[in-house]
Amino acid sequence: MVIYGVALLAGCMLVGLVIGDVLGQLLGIDANLGGVGIAMLLLIFVTGYLKSRDHLPESTESGINFWNAMYIPIVVAMAASQNVAAAFSGGMVAILAGALAVVLGLAMVPLLTGKRVEDAMPLDARPVSPAQGRTP
Amino acid sequence: MNDSIMSLLDKYHLIAAFAVIGLTMFISHWMSKHLTANRLHGSAIAILIGLALAYFGGIYTGGSHGLADVSLFTGLGLMGGGMLRDLAIIATAYGVRFSEIKKAGVRGLIALFAGVLVSFLAGAVVAVGFGYTSAVDITTIAAGAVTYIVGPVTGATLGASSEVVALSIAAGLVKSILTMIATPLVARTIGLDNPRSAMIFGGLIGTTSGVAAGLAATDARLVPYGAMTATFYTGLGILLAPTVLFLGVRMFF
Repeated sequence: MVIYGVALLAGCMLVGLVIGDVLGQLLGIDANLGGVGIAMLLLIFVTGYLKSRDHLPESTESGINFWNAMYIPIVVAMAASQNVAAAFSGGMVAILAGALAVVLGLAMVPLLTGKRVEDAMPLDARPVSPAQGRTP
Repeated sequence: MNDSIMSLLDKYHLIAAFAVIGLTMFISHWMSKHLTANRLHGSAIAILIGLALAYFGGIYTGGSHGLADVSLFTGLGLMGGGMLRDLAIIATAYGVRFSEIKKAGVRGLIALFAGVLVSFLAGAVVAVGFGYTSAVDITTIAAGAVTYIVGPVTGATLGASSEVVALSIAAGLVKSILTMIATPLVARTIGLDNPRSAMIFGGLIGTTSGVAAGLAATDARLVPYGAMTATFYTGLGILLAPTVLFLGVRMFF
């Protein structure tokens, strides 16, 4: 059933967020440390396990794939609800500080990526699994 | 008649948001195909339209949620809010092979620390350049350049003034918005077309909304890799900025 997929996704999210919260508390910070990332790993492992046991029928998959496909529209809604006006009325200090951080961050991507190896090949250049074959 | 339609849209705000975003996607994909010959991604145009609408919404209402503060469009706030965004980000991990993540794991971790440090330094240098001399002010503005959540949390911990906290939030918002716009434009130049560089990009830039939208506008298949590292970034920033990094700043000021 489709709801199984949605519930699986929701369960991974909640467990991940709880772990992230506990991690944050252990380190004494008032924030969730990587809860979403942990939830992503959980989803990868749990669905991988279920798939290997053949317990992941197509209808369950479609519950996850729906939210996967809603990602870009949700991001567009997120962009439309950003506080853009405040960002650009903060004055030159804010604009320059933010811009410099972006420029330096982007410039360092090739430095840390290093030379092209097998795992740094463009996605187009290799076989794509069905779940990844989303055309945006 | 008009009033009743308005109150209906207001009542069913999330449904109205689905319709509005669907229309935006349609228009931007049409523009991508017919005006830019597919050179500029439809998703990138949609995000730009979203940001432009958010700007006018913010100017028009004086609120802090862009277009979502306009009563007709309140559903955008729910649809694009943290809850559904995180759910969708997690869903993108479905179908990702763990081996890909493991291969870039160490570099992703290095990128996380380097990203927090470089953003903090960028913010600190700019703050000093504009004549700030108190260690608390410099640290708060610099923390804002990490993300717009790290800034105010750091400011609150260190007891910064509300003007400086507002500046740090603005710096973080600028970073997030510029990332959304700049990423698809420079993706080819910086080699952002594979899982490894996407994980490094997520670690270096870190601001979740910026990374999420920037990668969506570049290649949606890269989203899970970038999001994976970016999700640790704000926590790491909150851990480092008011502590180690503040002590570092205080050595000089």
